[in-house]
Amino acid sequence: MPADTSAADTRAAAGTWWEITRDVLKRQRVSLVTYVPDNVLRPLIEAIHADPFFTAFAVAREEEGVGIVAGAWMGGTRGILLMQTSGFATLPNVLASLSVPFQIPTLMIVSERGTLGEFNIGQSLVARTMRPVLDSLAIEHHTMTRLDEAEFILDRSITQAVATQAPVCFILSPLLTGGKVFAK
Amino acid sequence: MAHLANHPATRAQAKVMNRFDLTQRMVALLRQDEAVIGGIGYTNFDLWAASGRPDGSRRTQNFYMLGSMGLAVPIALGVAIAQPTRRVIALEGDGSILMQLGALGTVATRGQKNLAIVIMDNGAYQITGGQKTHTETGSDIVAIARASGLAQSAWAADEAAFEELIRLAITEDGPWLIGCCIDTGKPQDTTERDPARIRDQFMRGLGVRR
Ligand SMILES: Cc1ncc(C[n+]2csc(CCOP(=O)(O)OP(=O)(O)O)c2C)c(N)n1
Repeated sequence: MPADTSAADTRAAAGTWWEITRDVLKRQRVSLVTYVPDNVLRPLIEAIHADPFFTAFAVAREEEGVGIVAGAWMGGTRGILLMQTSGFATLPNVLASLSVPFQIPTLMIVSERGTLGEFNIGQSLVARTMRPVLDSLAIEHHTMTRLDEAEFILDRSITQAVATQAPVCFILSPLLTGGKVFAK
Repeated sequence: MAHLANHPATRAQAKVMNRFDLTQRMVALLRQDEAVIGGIGYTNFDLWAASGRPDGSRRTQNFYMLGSMGLAVPIALGVAIAQPTRRVIALEGDGSILMQLGALGTVATRGQKNLAIVIMDNGAYQITGGQKTHTETGSDIVAIARASGLAQSAWAADEAAFEELIRLAITEDGPWLIGCCIDTGKPQDTTERDPARIRDQFMRGLGVRR
């Protein structure tokens, strides 16, 4: 390598948001992935299915995914739930009655709909409920907007969640993922 | 699945049994530190009651939910995935499973061999005042389970058949679902409501913590 190893180069080498995410999950030994799909999450879900390190499957409802990764955590395996904003809106009860009181480090990735060019009013309204719910339960959350911060946020926050036995939610902004574009 | 052929075809044909009695019978058959997840409702209370020992100690491989209605099966599935050599049993009420029927399809899709689901079906939301559930008016959990892909699903005809099914579920490949038609007898005790302690003891019981 030439002497010019600027931050920009390192960033380019690190890859896309979903490659970075997959690699951090592997490094952190998060081997169980449950999800209800979202179009923006598609490359991440496909990359995870393509990698034999992961056990990955869809659940019928997001709550179920929280239950499964909670059970897996108690059994010694780290897991994560992937969903879109509308899916997160089905979770306040399980977060408040399972993850938080039982001190289970529930890891969540939410693909953020409802902002920065949303075309569906239902999505834009339900999205407004997400951060107030997280804040009211004192759940750590990060809105990820930049590729160069992605690895740091994911890696450090997973470590923190496990160490403090507390859930964490990563909100993937359209600024990071490109989001879903209005199709006429 | 020939061995399931003798079991009742519908809930109406099964003997009406007692939850505490069945739970005691189940706990007595557990020999290999099987994990048991108690859903909310009275299934949870009777699991607690049936898991105390004469010396004052208590079975540590039990997890007791405090809310998250309907999630006994998903939590059990997670434990079963994490510990494939341990048998895991989800103990759930009819009202609770009706809230999360999709989970039956998830278990079937995974074909989770070390998982068994026991449904204590009293046809009621007993803990909230005994209001009728749909199973009292025709929804058949075993039929729903079969239609969700859980081929090894059966109603327990009577106590002896229940014990036979539990023995199968903890020795032969699952996933299993055992339907139990039960009366509305009161539970024998009340679970201690200390979630951090419940979770910690369960993790120690599973050997995840020392
Ligand atoms: C999401 C949700 N809805 C409603 C309740 C209130 N609730 C608590 S237990 C229960 C009934 C459980 O019924 P079942 O699973 O049949 O058990 P049983 O009480 O008959 O033992 C209800 C409705 C709740 N805790 N959570």
